[in-house]
Amino acid sequence: MDKTINQKAWFLVLPVFLVVAFSAVLPLMTVVNYSMQDTFGNNQFFWNGVGWFKELLDPSTDLGGRFLASLGRNLFFSLVILAIEVPLGIVVALSMPRQGWTVAACLVILALPLLIPWNVVGTIWQIFGRPDIGLLGYVLNAVGIDYNYVSNDVDAWVTVIVMDVWHWTSLVALLCYAGLKSIPEAYYQAAQIDGASRWAVFKAIQLPKMNRVLLIAVLLRFMDSFMIYTEPFVVTGGGPGNSTTFVSIELVKIALGQFDLGKAAALSLVYNLIILIVCWIFYTVMTNAGSDRKPQEGAA
Amino acid sequence: MARIDLVDLAHSYGGNDAPQETFALKPVTMTWRQGGAYALLGPSGCGKTTLLNVISGIITPSRGKILFDEQDITLLSTQKRNIAQVFQFPVIYDTMTVGQNLAFPLKNRGVPKAEIDKRVAEIGRLLDLEPYLNRKATRLTADAKQKISLGRGLVRSDVAAVLFDEPLTVIDPELKWQLRSKLKALHRELDLTMIYVTHDQTEALTFADTVVVMHDGRVVQSGTPAELFDKPAHTFVGYFIGSPGMNILPAEVKGREARIGGHVIALNRAYDNLPAGAKIEIGVRPEFVEAVAPTPGLLTARIERIDDLGRIRFARARLGDAKLAARAPAGFTSPDGNAGLKFDPAHIHVYADSLLVEGAA
Repeated sequence: MDKTINQKAWFLVLPVFLVVAFSAVLPLMTVVNYSMQDTFGNNQFFWNGVGWFKELLDPSTDLGGRFLASLGRNLFFSLVILAIEVPLGIVVALSMPRQGWTVAACLVILALPLLIPWNVVGTIWQIFGRPDIGLLGYVLNAVGIDYNYVSNDVDAWVTVIVMDVWHWTSLVALLCYAGLKSIPEAYYQAAQIDGASRWAVFKAIQLPKMNRVLLIAVLLRFMDSFMIYTEPFVVTGGGPGNSTTFVSIELVKIALGQFDLGKAAALSLVYNLIILIVCWIFYTVMTNAGSDRKPQEGAA
Repeated sequence: MARIDLVDLAHSYGGNDAPQETFALKPVTMTWRQGGAYALLGPSGCGKTTLLNVISGIITPSRGKILFDEQDITLLSTQKRNIAQVFQFPVIYDTMTVGQNLAFPLKNRGVPKAEIDKRVAEIGRLLDLEPYLNRKATRLTADAKQKISLGRGLVRSDVAAVLFDEPLTVIDPELKWQLRSKLKALHRELDLTMIYVTHDQTEALTFADTVVVMHDGRVVQSGTPAELFDKPAHTFVGYFIGSPGMNILPAEVKGREARIGGHVIALNRAYDNLPAGAKIEIGVRPEFVEAVAPTPGLLTARIERIDDLGRIRFARARLGDAKLAARAPAGFTSPDGNAGLKFDPAHIHVYADSLLVEGAA
């Protein structure tokens, strides 16, 4: 079959090219350009090659030390919130009603934290935790617990983690609830007839049927927490000291605080690369997780 | 092993105060004998699944009692009743192997490991699942999964009855036949009471030795396939069983004669005490009506088409407002589109308000 050749068709994709160029390619290339240079203001730039990248991966330099330390804090933070939010989300989903008007009420209540803008969440917890006027901080101190997220590292971490759990457990719970709702009633009836205990029902039916949505939940929560900026910035500003300074906060300090565009550009490229790689790993795992379920041959 | 008795059993999803017409299951009293193969047959929404779920204990009936071997188990939970149930869509535990699936009910009941292994091997052999015992159950085909569901019921040595809720819905037509034969074979081998819910009359008639026909929440007849065919107790049974279904024609019946549009059809029995004011109909299976060339003295109907089923032909005809089917013998043609109808008096039944009336000899 002959193909019609019509070069005018290129004009149809031109708008997409333009939009993508201005929204993604050009900004990214600007960052790549910056990452290879150093500047001392006055719009004067000096070529630095891969110097910033070398420094970034070398913990003995100032830049590398700060980057790797914040990366470590970020990973630790992600692991902790996943370890709390996933089991907690499952428990919440399991204890939700399955029918009646209470379902709608629960869904609305669960959705509320998700609808609050990040910086508002930060502000809420910043005030909530203050020992002088915040309900939480005041009460904790009143009952004899010395709690102050401004001066104590552990208190700051606890506050940031509890805030994230408060903000995002709902997401995991809602995803799990959707997974639970998709289990046909017959499974529960069969399990009842098989004499399964509550725990056996969870292990044999509910958990396996939820594993797909749980994977999505872990992916989403990992990426989001890995990129976290606003909430801890509003509450602790990265402190006390550098104890809650995550990669994104470090990046903003370097780029806007010190105006080290070269270092900041190199850091953001590496940061971006890490996220892309993690995304790719998750995506591969998820697509493969589905492929081993196709029926093969069966007993006739 | 048990005999199951239903005593004035009824269920209403809206509570007992709702009018009885709205009951999903209207009051029924009947006995399922030990070791019987029963089919619960009826169209969608006739209450057959409700009845099944009441027996298995998934639904607590709003009225009446269920007895297993004279013991009242109405309020007993599903786990404590010795029943197994196979659902419409295969229920298997995804993460387990076939063997673990079969072992699951025993494990939950704390049976010793050696005993479990023995039973699983036995049931695996019985259901031809042996080669798959160590395979993940998710990867098997629908019919193998249904066998696993069944196996989880059979593996318990104390099981009294196996209930099937349209178990062949998702099975390929060719395999349906095999699986049904397998069920029959199992029934003969194991001496279990089996109750099989279906809306497919072929499935019901080939599987069961007693077919229980339900209609609108009511058990309208329970009998052998032959009884249902020869002597339907309700016009619904006549219509629902058999293909094509029974011809039901409004008629005036007096003594040994039925009149349709002034035409007299002879009856074998005398019907002198028909209830006054009831809707009277006669029912006759298409197999016992013969279409012949129009002859004076025979009821004449208009032929609409002739269905050739291979071994037998049925003429689809119209008689006033009523439609009917009649056997068209070889060589029957109808040049002018009319045919005379010859009824076999031995097989004409009389119905008053849809219920069979026994005539006097």
